[in-house]
Amino acid sequence: MGGHTAEEIRGEIRRYWIIGLALFLLTVITVAVSYLDVSAGMAVFVALLIACIKGGLVAAVFMHLISERQAIYALLILTVVFFAVLMIVPIGTRASPIPMG
Amino acid sequence: MQIPYTIEERPDTGLYNAKLGIWLFLASEVMLFGALFSSYVLLRTGDPGFMTMSHDVAEALHLEGHAHRWSDVLSVPLAFVNTLVLIFSSVTIVMSWASLRLKDFGKFRLWMGLTILCALGFMGIKAIEYSSKFSHHLYPETSNFLGVYFTLTGLHALHVIGGLIVLAYLWGPGSKMWKSQPQRFVNRVETVGLYWHFVDLVWIFLFPTLYLL
Amino acid sequence: MSVLEKPPPEAEDHADHHHPEPFWKRYIFSQDHKVIGLQYAFTALFFLLFGFTLMILMRWQLAWPGRPIPIIGGLLGEANAPGGIMLPEFYNQLGAMHGTIMVFLGIVPLAVGAFGNYVVPLQIGAPDMAFPKLNMASYWCYFPGGLIMLASFFVPGGAANSGWTSYPPLSTIATQGQTWWLVGMIFLITSSLLGSVNFIVTIFQLRVKGLTFMRLPFFVHAQLVTSFLLLLAFPPLEAAGIFQLLDRVLNTSFFQPSGLVISGEVLEAAGGGSPLLWQHLFWFLAHPEVYVLILPALGIVAEVIANNTRKPLWGYKSMVYATIFLGFMSFIVWAHHMFLTGMGTTISSFFQTTTMIISIPSVVILTALFISLWGASIRFTTPMLFALAFLPMFGIGGLTGLPLGLSPTDIHLHDTYYVIGHFHYVVAPGTIFAMFAGIYYWFPKITGRKMNDFLGRLHFWPSFIFINGIFMPMFIVGLAGVSRRLWDGGEQYAHAQPVLEWNLFMSISAFGLLFAQIPFMINLFWSIKKGKKVDSNPWQATTLEWAAAPSPPVGHGNFVEVPAVYRGPYEYSVPGHPDDYLPQNLPGKEG
Repeated sequence: MGGHTAEEIRGEIRRYWIIGLALFLLTVITVAVSYLDVSAGMAVFVALLIACIKGGLVAAVFMHLISERQAIYALLILTVVFFAVLMIVPIGTRASPIPMG
Repeated sequence: MQIPYTIEERPDTGLYNAKLGIWLFLASEVMLFGALFSSYVLLRTGDPGFMTMSHDVAEALHLEGHAHRWSDVLSVPLAFVNTLVLIFSSVTIVMSWASLRLKDFGKFRLWMGLTILCALGFMGIKAIEYSSKFSHHLYPETSNFLGVYFTLTGLHALHVIGGLIVLAYLWGPGSKMWKSQPQRFVNRVETVGLYWHFVDLVWIFLFPTLYLL
Repeated sequence: MSVLEKPPPEAEDHADHHHPEPFWKRYIFSQDHKVIGLQYAFTALFFLLFGFTLMILMRWQLAWPGRPIPIIGGLLGEANAPGGIMLPEFYNQLGAMHGTIMVFLGIVPLAVGAFGNYVVPLQIGAPDMAFPKLNMASYWCYFPGGLIMLASFFVPGGAANSGWTSYPPLSTIATQGQTWWLVGMIFLITSSLLGSVNFIVTIFQLRVKGLTFMRLPFFVHAQLVTSFLLLLAFPPLEAAGIFQLLDRVLNTSFFQPSGLVISGEVLEAAGGGSPLLWQHLFWFLAHPEVYVLILPALGIVAEVIANNTRKPLWGYKSMVYATIFLGFMSFIVWAHHMFLTGMGTTISSFFQTTTMIISIPSVVILTALFISLWGASIRFTTPMLFALAFLPMFGIGGLTGLPLGLSPTDIHLHDTYYVIGHFHYVVAPGTIFAMFAGIYYWFPKITGRKMNDFLGRLHFWPSFIFINGIFMPMFIVGLAGVSRRLWDGGEQYAHAQPVLEWNLFMSISAFGLLFAQIPFMINLFWSIKKGKKVDSNPWQATTLEWAAAPSPPVGHGNFVEVPAVYRGPYEYSVPGHPDDYLPQNLPGKEG
């Protein structure tokens, strides 16, 4: 959506730059963390956490999902559910395999 | 014949047609990239040798000494710069939309032009990356990690190119619509912006999962 | 097609452009949903006939293995059928392409592209689809996709021959036709993506005043859920298709495991891939695809039954909720196609549970349709005959699916003729009969003329008998354990001997079914020009498409005056109303 008065839009513009800066900093952090000597599980967790935060900021502010219509929310919830289902694929292939050979 | 709600919002859904359309398209894109990510996870967890580059291979590729994992052959600095380029382009495109809503067409042209430059810059850096891989004889068939890398970044690059074409159209000949149907033009910039942010969003996930982990 | 070429004079009055558009713009690159619907319809009907012909060739081979095919045997080429005798390699091509063509080029384009395109905007009172240009693009992605599939028969090694499921690594090392198949599929996936976005936006945004969701005809609900399935289930197959294409063209190893040995030689590839990954991604689409095949059919049957029983559908709301639930569940049942892949028992249990759950909404819909017949004074029109036949046929198809959804029984039945019998009952006497019902039912809206009833009956009864003659014995053959992919129908196998004679019976039924389509083809083309002229609402129906007068509706905009809706879709035999039908758009008491 986004506001309609010039005042509102100028407020939005300020927010866009702040978010842009935050994304920049998070990118620096994610690269910096990758040079730390942490366990593989921890590295994956941190990298994905930061990516999710960044993605969330882009979706919420740049794609202005914070003030969107219900139909869009419903559609995205549905998509997220099926996206999660897709992630069953790797689990489904590996979970409790029947011993072969 | 006039199709209803191409410009104004339908009262009960609060949306104009193209906005719902682009979000549906993005939902489908989420499933496409979701399947690609899911395949990446499956291939990586399913094959213990997915990331490890054997000593012989490293030697054959003249990479001995500094490469033990396949992801080591990727250039983090280039990808880091590219991430920043895309993030900046996300800011510029949203600025071009805001400028239009402030009825400042000149600023719209400026910000949209910057977005296009960013997209071109991204593709340029991508081309440098790819050609450096090829010059080291690193191809999609070399290992499954590189296969995933080339497929995912390649599809993402195709999305950038697709977006670039639309952006260039809206910056150039398409911007005539600002005179005839201003609100419709604002809608177009908004919808292409949504797509562009999505392309940025995909890269935000590609960067750490391919280059850093 | 004289009716189509000469629109009624009113059409010009309401068009935006007062000069007629050139031919190519009006009939080839048209943006009118009605023309695009007909383009889809005729292309899809052609592909249905073509796919059926492939099966006729296979049935000849199964009835008389190794005997030269009469008449056309010599035309198939030395590489496929030397001396008219079909080679196993060619049999495999026919099998793979029959499945692909029937599903992706025949039924889905007919059910969604043709019926959806033509009927949905009319039923919701819209002037057109929300994005007419995308609609055109959708057809023009589908058409080249079909051409690529057809052309693949002529490349060296022939068309794809790894089954319509294209399992790697077999498909990775298959002949060039497989690459064509993949490219064709990418076109078809793009087409259905464009179409589904368009349908959803149209249904959400372009409903006329008063047409709330619970007043939509059931057909529109069915199309809406179908579009969501296409939108969200196809992309994973697109991903898989891209992977397989790269495996074949760039020799990547997404689906190629390490150390694969083919004909005694180790495959030259990096290895480490997973053939199972393809199966997961393929069935992630292909199971929802089953519901893409069946939901529009259920929608058509519901319309025809409500109209011909002259009473409201029984349990309309339950049917709508069941459809939504069905669509949702269809995304989490796919691995029941993979019980025999060595996938874990935990995961098998999960998927067999979801599979049992998904049968519930199907039964709800079917039961509601059966109960709708109760106490009705049924009009046995031609569309109604097909709709009535649909109900038990779909019932048989559904019930025979239960043993396949349970992993213990599936171990015995997997990949036998039983499976073929099961899903053909769902899609052939099921969906295709519903498509016929739809053609007979909406033909008067499309042309202003009715199809001939005598020829309709001559089409229905033989089709009904022969189609059961084909598929019923498959259960017997399948239970005996005969594999579905045998070039000689099982002649070489001891366990197939007791049921071998059924092959001839099934084949003769198939030839009979082919002949039974002749009255339909004559009827279809004859009626376009010579059918009995009827008014704009010959079935005395209630839904909005019949309010779009004249038939066919005007070229740009469908409705001379934008209608408004005052009540639900199936207000038949309303007490106190003089007629036995109360159209949705008739002003008056809200019902």
